[in-house]
Amino acid sequence: MFDKILIANRGEIACRVIKTARKMGIKTVAIYSDADKQSLHVKMADEAVHIGPPPANQSYIVIDKVMEAIKQTGAQAVHPGYGFLSENAKFAEALEAAGVAFVGPPKGAIEAMGDKITSKKIAQEAGVSTVPGYMGLIEDAEEAVKISNEIGYPVMIKASAGGGGKGMRIAWNDDEAREGFQSSKNEAANSFGDDRIFIEKFVTQPRHIEIQVLCDAHGNGIYLGERECSIQRRNQKVVEEAPSPFLDEETRRAMGEQSVALAKAVGYASAGTVEFIVDGEKNFYFLEMNTRLQVEHPVTELITGVDLVEQMIRVANGEPLTIAQEDVQLNGWAIENRLYAEDPYRNFLPSIGRLTRYRPPMEVAAGPMVDNNVWHGDAPTGETAVRNDTGVFEGGEISMYYDPMIAKLCTWGPTRDKAIEAMRVALDSFEVEGIGHNLPFVAAVMDHPKFISGEMTTAFIAEEYPDGFEGVDLPDSDLRRIAAACAAMHRVAEIRRTRVSGRMDNHERKVGTDWVVSLQGQDHAVTIDADRDGSTVGFGDGTALRITSDWTPGDQLAHIEVDGSPLVQKVGKISGGFRIRSRGADLKVHVRTPRQAELAKLMPEKLPPDTSKMLLCPMPGLVVKLDVEVGQEVQEGQALCTIEAMKMENILRAERKGVVSAINAAPGDSLAVDEVIMEFE
Amino acid sequence: MKDILSELEDRREAARLGGGQKRIDAQHGRGKLTARERIELLLDEGSFEEFDMFVAHRCTDFGMEKQRPAGDGVVTGWGTINGRMVYVFSQDFTVFGGSLSETHAQKICKIMDMAMQNGAPVIGINDSGGARIQEGVASLAGYAEVFQRNIMASGVIPQISVIMGPCAGGAVYSPAMTDFIFMVKDTSYMFVTGPDVVKTVTNEVVTAEELGGASTHTRKSSVADGAFENDVEALAEVRRLVDFLPLNNREKPPVRPFFDEPGRVEASLDTLIPENPNTPYDMKELILKVADEGDFYEIQEDYAKNIITGFIRLEGQTVGVVANQPMVLAGCLDIDSSRKAARFVRFCDCFEIPILTLVDVPGFLPGTSQEYGGVIKHGAKLLFAYGEATVPKVTVITRKAYGGAYDVMASKHLRGDFNYAWPTAEIAVMGAKGATEIIHRADLGDAEKIAEHTKDYEERFANPFVAAERGFIDEVIMPQSTRKRVSRAFASLRNKQLKNPWKKHDNIPL
Repeated sequence: MFDKILIANRGEIACRVIKTARKMGIKTVAIYSDADKQSLHVKMADEAVHIGPPPANQSYIVIDKVMEAIKQTGAQAVHPGYGFLSENAKFAEALEAAGVAFVGPPKGAIEAMGDKITSKKIAQEAGVSTVPGYMGLIEDAEEAVKISNEIGYPVMIKASAGGGGKGMRIAWNDDEAREGFQSSKNEAANSFGDDRIFIEKFVTQPRHIEIQVLCDAHGNGIYLGERECSIQRRNQKVVEEAPSPFLDEETRRAMGEQSVALAKAVGYASAGTVEFIVDGEKNFYFLEMNTRLQVEHPVTELITGVDLVEQMIRVANGEPLTIAQEDVQLNGWAIENRLYAEDPYRNFLPSIGRLTRYRPPMEVAAGPMVDNNVWHGDAPTGETAVRNDTGVFEGGEISMYYDPMIAKLCTWGPTRDKAIEAMRVALDSFEVEGIGHNLPFVAAVMDHPKFISGEMTTAFIAEEYPDGFEGVDLPDSDLRRIAAACAAMHRVAEIRRTRVSGRMDNHERKVGTDWVVSLQGQDHAVTIDADRDGSTVGFGDGTALRITSDWTPGDQLAHIEVDGSPLVQKVGKISGGFRIRSRGADLKVHVRTPRQAELAKLMPEKLPPDTSKMLLCPMPGLVVKLDVEVGQEVQEGQALCTIEAMKMENILRAERKGVVSAINAAPGDSLAVDEVIMEFE
Repeated sequence: MKDILSELEDRREAARLGGGQKRIDAQHGRGKLTARERIELLLDEGSFEEFDMFVAHRCTDFGMEKQRPAGDGVVTGWGTINGRMVYVFSQDFTVFGGSLSETHAQKICKIMDMAMQNGAPVIGINDSGGARIQEGVASLAGYAEVFQRNIMASGVIPQISVIMGPCAGGAVYSPAMTDFIFMVKDTSYMFVTGPDVVKTVTNEVVTAEELGGASTHTRKSSVADGAFENDVEALAEVRRLVDFLPLNNREKPPVRPFFDEPGRVEASLDTLIPENPNTPYDMKELILKVADEGDFYEIQEDYAKNIITGFIRLEGQTVGVVANQPMVLAGCLDIDSSRKAARFVRFCDCFEIPILTLVDVPGFLPGTSQEYGGVIKHGAKLLFAYGEATVPKVTVITRKAYGGAYDVMASKHLRGDFNYAWPTAEIAVMGAKGATEIIHRADLGDAEKIAEHTKDYEERFANPFVAAERGFIDEVIMPQSTRKRVSRAFASLRNKQLKNPWKKHDNIPL
């Protein structure tokens, strides 16, 4: 076995690889750019080599620099993680030339699968189902109609040079095919200066399902089940799970066997992923093969109990697989949520900056990972598992230079429902402050009926959140639970306030039992009956909820039992109450005495100012430049001003046509989020 | 007998109605609570004891003798806030627009005298159209009587003003002399002369809100220390503030049970200071991570944001915090921030509240506007305030402490008790670049040499150790242990005794 391995990556995946290497007794070398000096992967590794400035194209993906680090440290193997150099044949070649093992497939396999057209051809030859289509050039509209008929409607007419939806048409019949061909061709000519067109089958109700394969250099290959990755936002996976709630055993086997056949056809030797698109009738078509460790590999590990990184290292060391296909059992269910530093309330705008608070939920091991005694850190065992793959820490920075992923939070349960429930609790317990992040969004997905039923397609986010994410409206039953919890918490906080020194003896304030909890426009009149172990919170309709909790004032995370079931909520301070975040909802909860509540009702409701005619600062930053003047007419898309945040210049543009009526900032001003920069007529 | 008892109740009932139901409804219609409702929210439930409920004015001019409502437009008395005694007056806008008459003033003076005698804060709720014009000079005399008491009470008992309606003309000078002024957004305003007079005299057209609304006074004039959304929130927050304050200057600041480890380590503070010395960071994160339970009551949040002032608790006991804010104007001192912090430091010193100073200051803001505005004397206020303060003073230098601003920010030389520095501290006369350009003026043309000199200077002076060598820094501490070190420092200073020489009073550069 290798003595020392270099991880040519950063962030969570570098940390992930280091953990397995350490377990195997292999020393680790990290590489880092200027931006990553303080990073977790650098702290975790036995050695670390600096490889240049922050931009990846000057550091992490510069082959010479990585080779130099290998030479300097004497690493015998390199794990590339994902992204960066992981699918770079030249890098594999350079390693081979230097006699260093590449923890990945042979360069021939990388090359073969790296090209979309070649890979599809190879897949077809290997007997893998591919999307029916015509690859050749199409002369005219009539030929397009003919080909469309051969493929069978619906079809997609695509520009060869296309991208971003341009030069793309879906046709359901001959007329649409004829018309679509012409418009695609025109659009392609205008947009790309290349009017070549091809046609393929349009897959309805598409799901993204991929097969994990594992091959050695001795001709052995197995598949480790599938991962369903249909929940994507702009082709970026957000939620993954294994197994897929959609596949049956027969389809799984067919997909698995074709995938292994493809891997063998290209002499694959490592872990790899074959991606398929699957339609509503369980027809599956090859998309591409990723010749690396996939981001979402933990879900496979959680249901199979196979440490994929360990297997990759062993294969790279020339060892034959010790797992046969019949050894592979899919046990239970695993879900992964990717936490991104993207603000869901601001159209998923990347949010960079300092993690003033970062407290992931406690990791718990369960299921196959425990049964097979595979790495699970120091985590205690339980009925359901929580695994958090992360590369950040409290006080660390989410940098503009790299992927804005904060963590991959995974749960495992014996059933899908239990895995989802474990995920809900884990998300509620996950504290991330200082930056915008998608925790509320993924929490909302976990409670979405379509997700719960397992009936989602790749259009899930676009269809269910067409206008973006605006938060979650919790059902009344949840609001009552939160109201009861807040009443009990408020009582604790108020009793503490009466214990202040300097009070008049014998005339202390008595904290009452009747309260009114206001949230989401509802008022709940409650009576708290407290005893030594907790409180019974009675509602006006005669029902009551039993609250027990060890929460004390100042705790930012409250673990509460409401009638015996857990409620985990993040607790913030607001005047006269709490800001509560739970299950993707963000609530202002006021707890008042009945008299206070009565008087509060007299207070005018203040509507938030109409910001539709204002330019608000999207992030804290410094005004570098103002491009317009008061009275000037601006066009949609015109640059209005430049804000520098975290050394990055952001140009703010007009959302619509208008006339500038006031400018409230000057170059050099530092602005907070939502400060008004300028107003329009 | 029964009739007599019920007569009391009838009279009380009439007095409680103030200016009558119609005016109460009008008051509610404006989004404002009545004088009595406000007292209910301010004080512990059922704790209010009223004085002078039946006082009526004695004016006989302009037909006033026909209207003599009980209470005369102000409700006064005492009660408790979380069991601690406070005196309160609340002007009743439903009675003669809350205007101040001779008797109205006498009621206020009575509770102020009692507050002084018994050592409890006075909270004044202002909602008044101004002087009772029908009473003429008697009303003016009433104001002055209140003013004189405000002055005498200053530094003896905390005085808090809550502006919940109009407060104009001479009336503004009573709140102006209290320790804190809070306003309610959209429903309160304060000015010496109103928009009509302004227009007549200067032809300037301005609305009452622009001239003296909550936004004006919290952002521009610094007259107010905070503004709240509505009456309910304002009074809840005043209660919260009172929990931080001692009842009088003979008492230690209050202590309450706390649920936070004094030795709590915050590893994330080790990375608070960015690598580039010119990159800002948010000093509030440090304050929140040092404070018990992350609870911080900020004073003048919206004014001179380059310095932060407010109250926290350490081990349950109130501590005043003054901190440079690198996010705004690089945290420099200027006229506004010096005035803001100086007043806060003096408040703390009056009432035996220990002061924690967090320093990251690149110096004083240069420029003609500053010099013409008298930054010399305004900056001196803060210097003076720190130097005269005898309360426990603990200082932590996180990054820059340059030049005269270093001296000002509760340095060892100004009788700082504990002066800590983080390893990232740079205590020097000025930044390396500026210093190099002066010391090595001869090499100014040679960029390479200057860079080299700058590097030398940084290595020699851009650290806390030169100051530590001289004992100006008591110890260099790990950022992550700041809460623990600061808590222990204040714990060791609980019995601090320090007296300034006798004087009638000092002559701070006003």
